Amino acid sequence: MEVDELMCLPRLPRVAVCGGTHGNELSGVYLVRELLKVEKKAVEEEEEPVSVMIVLSNPRATQQCHRYVDTDLNRCFTHATLNGPISDTDPYEIIRSRELNALLGPKGSRQAVDLVCDLHNTTANMGMCFITYSDCDWICLHIFRHLQKEIPDIPMRFIHFDVSNKESYSLDSVGKHGFAMEIGPQPHGVVRSNIYTAMKGGVQHMLDWVRLFNSGAIFRGGFVDVFTMVKHIDYPRDSVTHNITAAIHPHLQVRPEMYFYLQCLKTEPSCVEL
Amino acid sequence: MSSYNNTARLTEARRVAIFGGTHGNEMSGVTLVNLWMKNSDEIQRKGVEAKPFITNPKAVEKCTRYVDTDLNRAFTPENLSAPAGDELPYEVQRAQEINKEFGPKGSPEAYDVIFDLHNTTSNMGCTLILESSKDLFNLQMMNYIKKAIAPASCLVLLNEHPLLKYSTSRSVAKHPVGLEVGPQPQGVLRSNIFEAMRVILKHALDFIELFNEGMEFPSCTVEVFRVSERIDYPRDANGNIIAMVHPNLQDCDWEPLNPGDPMFQTFDGKTIHYQGSGTVYPTFINEAAYYEKQQAFVTTRRETLVASAIRKA
Repeated sequence: MEVDELMCLPRLPRVAVCGGTHGNELSGVYLVRELLKVEKKAVEEEEEPVSVMIVLSNPRATQQCHRYVDTDLNRCFTHATLNGPISDTDPYEIIRSRELNALLGPKGSRQAVDLVCDLHNTTANMGMCFITYSDCDWICLHIFRHLQKEIPDIPMRFIHFDVSNKESYSLDSVGKHGFAMEIGPQPHGVVRSNIYTAMKGGVQHMLDWVRLFNSGAIFRGGFVDVFTMVKHIDYPRDSVTHNITAAIHPHLQVRPEMYFYLQCLKTEPSCVEL
Repeated sequence: MSSYNNTARLTEARRVAIFGGTHGNEMSGVTLVNLWMKNSDEIQRKGVEAKPFITNPKAVEKCTRYVDTDLNRAFTPENLSAPAGDELPYEVQRAQEINKEFGPKGSPEAYDVIFDLHNTTSNMGCTLILESSKDLFNLQMMNYIKKAIAPASCLVLLNEHPLLKYSTSRSVAKHPVGLEVGPQPQGVLRSNIFEAMRVILKHALDFIELFNEGMEFPSCTVEVFRVSERIDYPRDANGNIIAMVHPNLQDCDWEPLNPGDPMFQTFDGKTIHYQGSGTVYPTFINEAAYYEKQQAFVTTRRETLVASAIRKA
């Protein structure tokens, strides 16, 4: 496919912005609260080419300021879980995932919202990341490029999880298009003003792009650097207690290199090379 | 200058405890204590019985700050004297058990020194927490530690405030020492933070060993930051936070905050300024655990304390 080729894609009339999918990732929680306040006011000016739903995904976990109550909500959106048998004793997050699927989906159907933007924070020093299941969803890639251009002072990366649609498990997979906006570093249970401001700007520019797109604007093609997930690396663990026996090495904690060292928690540091 | 007559004679500090996991998600202390419970070589010193101890095992297992109530606020006289029973909150039961094993608080049988290991999401670096400005032993130990790790810094926070002081797990001992190292997210282990805490404890135990052997520590001065006031986040009528720590204040623990300086930033970008009457030194800025305790940061004032010479009795 040529980069110069013009692709026409359907408008995106319905967008969902979700925060508090993990109840202790506070930038999204506070941003959703603020956007809900503003939403109440801006009802009359409905010249809007896009309708935006603002959603607090996991209210109970948010209220407790915990990641989740029973189980991780952001693993509950597989087709199997969403359509599985229902029981009164289902974990809270499974019940909630079905509610969200009814509200924003159903996943895979024509009624699903056009775009889901799910807001997250990480304790890792990742800057701003888009996380998606596809490396060829032009909508997400163009939004990413637009943000890179509009917010050049924030390090931004596009991460691709190579998981098939059948196995996709996160909230953003409910919409026809979707991505997680992950920003760090921020400790759980804390809102850092610079991180909040970055997320607020990211969401604003994303919505601006959608309005432009829906109004018929043409966006030039180009190239985007994408990081594809290769492997999960666990900590070294004690075979009996399963407790970790090493910490991320200071050189990796601060600055990733091409090779990793792990410093063992003994009196004599020794190195484990990957 | 210390003459023989001005040297305070203090009983030797034989029984020393090292508490980790008072908050179950503050990982440096949990990891260090578990390490030392497996192999205590590193904390052995002549003339010292050093006991590593996990104070809140249920919270550690769940990697949460506490299960029912904050253990580090639970050592009140009311809690410690309440009739024992299963209906008591888990941490109150724990406080009673810990008081029995390492106290009783205020009695001659209590442990001599307890180090209580904590982490904070605030950018406080290494901080030693002192509960009494008259504790000569602790003042001398903190002076020793500060000199030993120089040029790296270790500041002393003094919380003697009648209203803001609280009943800590370490308060069971004759000489309670809080050790707070940050920044580190809850539930995360950072190797540099872990190592910093380990080094401070090494020097602390060295000091105790030297003291017990009879070394005299001459009179010294110790700069401390005395807790002054607790500042909450601005909130709306429903109690929801409506502003964040301002970017100019974020991570600036121990730096002067002057009247008129930016302090908070509302979610829509407006600045709220510090309105105090003089310069203060804020700390515990944006500590995750304190959102529910209505504290965005605590103000302190700088003070220099004098500790007379000490020697084992």
